[in-house]
Amino acid sequence: MQPVHDLLLLLVVLTNFWVLGTTRLSATIRATAIQGMLLAGLPIALYPGLSLHIVGLAVGTFAVKAIFLPFLLSRAIREAAVRREIEPLIGFTPSMLLGALAVALAFSIAPQLPLPEMRSYMLVPVSLSTVVIGLLVLTTRSKAVTQVVGYLILENGIYVFGLSLVERVPFLVEIGVLLDVFVGVFIMGIVVFHINREFDSLDSARLTELRD
Amino acid sequence: MIAFPVFPIFTLLIVLGLAPVLPGIANRTKSALTGRRGAPVLQLYSDLGKLWRKGVVYSRTTTVLFRLAPVVLLATSLLAGGLLPLDGRVALLSFPGDLVAFAGLLGLGRFFLVLAAMDTGSSFEGMGASREVTFASFAEPALFLCFTVLVLATGQLQLAGMFGVPLAAAWPVAAPSLVLAAAGLFIVTLAETCRVPVDDPLTHLELTMIHEVMILDHSGPDLALILYASSVKMALFGSLIVGVLAPRAHEQRVLAFGELILGLGLVAIAIGVVESIMARLRMNRVPHLLVAASALAGLALILLLR
Repeated sequence: MQPVHDLLLLLVVLTNFWVLGTTRLSATIRATAIQGMLLAGLPIALYPGLSLHIVGLAVGTFAVKAIFLPFLLSRAIREAAVRREIEPLIGFTPSMLLGALAVALAFSIAPQLPLPEMRSYMLVPVSLSTVVIGLLVLTTRSKAVTQVVGYLILENGIYVFGLSLVERVPFLVEIGVLLDVFVGVFIMGIVVFHINREFDSLDSARLTELRD
Repeated sequence: MIAFPVFPIFTLLIVLGLAPVLPGIANRTKSALTGRRGAPVLQLYSDLGKLWRKGVVYSRTTTVLFRLAPVVLLATSLLAGGLLPLDGRVALLSFPGDLVAFAGLLGLGRFFLVLAAMDTGSSFEGMGASREVTFASFAEPALFLCFTVLVLATGQLQLAGMFGVPLAAAWPVAAPSLVLAAAGLFIVTLAETCRVPVDDPLTHLELTMIHEVMILDHSGPDLALILYASSVKMALFGSLIVGVLAPRAHEQRVLAFGELILGLGLVAIAIGVVESIMARLRMNRVPHLLVAASALAGLALILLLR
C-alpha cells in the first residue's frame, strides 16, 4: 500500500493545479490554506516517532500557512473587494498545461539529481514542480493577491525540499524561514491594501502608470 | 468449439434494460437535494414508450443521413457495450486494442448525430454541433489518457484484461494513479453524458444548449432511439468508472455483476450530487474543465512512469 506521505504529496500537487485552474481569488486562497494543512501533516508522516523538532515544525507550519496567511489574504480581498482574476498573462488552460509539463519534467529530472537518500521518491519532484508552478502563478497573473499566492506556493515548494533534509537543518533556521514568509506576506497584504486605495484596482500592470 | 457466451449476453441485456433508470436516479437525486419531489425514477421508460407510439415528422431539407443517425448512434452504443467486461472478466467481444474501438464507436455515433444536426440546415443545430465537437475534442484525449494509465498499470491492451485480474493486482502498487484516472473518467463522463458542469439537460433556451439543440428536429421513435442511446452511454461510462474503482475479477460472477449494478446507481447519484452543488460552466470554461481531466490523467501517468 502507498504510504501516507506519498498521498499527501500527491494532494499537494493537486492543490497546485487547483490554484492554476480557478479564477476565483477566494478559491485560490482556500487552496493555499489546504496546501498549508497538507504541508503541516507532511513532517509527521515522513518522520514517525514524534520528536519536539518535528512537532514544532508541524504546529508552526499549520499556524502560519494554514491559518494565519490565508486569513490575512482573505481579509485583503475582502477589503479590496476583488473577486476574480480576469486577464492573466497566460490563459487558464495553457497555464494548466504548463503546470502538467512542469510536473512531468520534475518527475523525469529528479531521479538524476545527485541527492542523498530520500524518505520518499516523490519529495524532490513534488518540490521542484511546486516551485515552478508557484513561479508560473507569480509571473503570469495580474492581480496582486494572486501574485502573493504564487509567492506562497513557491515558498511551499522550498519547504517541501527542506523536509528531505529536516534532520540536518537546525530548528531555528526553519522557524526563521517561516517568520520570513510571514513577514513577507504581511507586508504584501498591507501593500496590496494601499495599492487598492490609491488606484482603485489591484491590477499590477497598471502600476507602470505610476508618476510623481 | 467456442462456448456460447450466455453470461456476457445476459449481463449486457440487463444493463441495457436498466440504462434508462440512471438518468432517472440522477434527476431524482437532484430533486431531492434541491427540496423538490421530482419526476419518478422510471420516467424515461414512459417517455420512451410515448415517443415510440408517435409518428415521425421529417423536414423537407433533410436527407437520408438524418434518418440514419439515430440508428447508427444506438447501434454504435450497443456495440461499445459489447466490448465492456460487465462482470469484471469477460466481454462479449474482446480483442487486443479494443479500447480504441470503444472510443471509436462512440465517436462514430457522435459523428452521425452531428451530421444529422447539420443536415437539418438549422443554424441553431449547427451551433450545437459545433459545440459538441469542440468539447468532444477535449474529452477524447482525457479518455485516452485514462485508458493509457490503465494499460500501463495492468499491462493489458484489451478492456476485458484491463478490468480483470491484473487490475486487482495493480491496486496495491498504483492506487493514487488509479484514483486519479477514475476522477478523470468521471469528468469525462459528465461531459459525454451532457450533465451539468458541461451541459444542462433541463435547459429550455436553444442558445445555451449543446446536446439538446442537436436533436431538436428529431421526433417520435427517432428521438426515442437517441434518448435511449444517451442513457446507454451513461451506463457505459458508469461501468468504466465502477470497473476501475472496484476490481471484481476474483469474486463470483453473479456477485461481481450485482456490484456493477450497485456501482452504476452510485455513479448516477454522484452525477446528481454534482449537478445540484455546481452551476453550469460558461461555454468558454468547459474546455478548461476537460483539460483539468487530462491533467489529472497525465499526473497519474507520470506517477506510473517514474
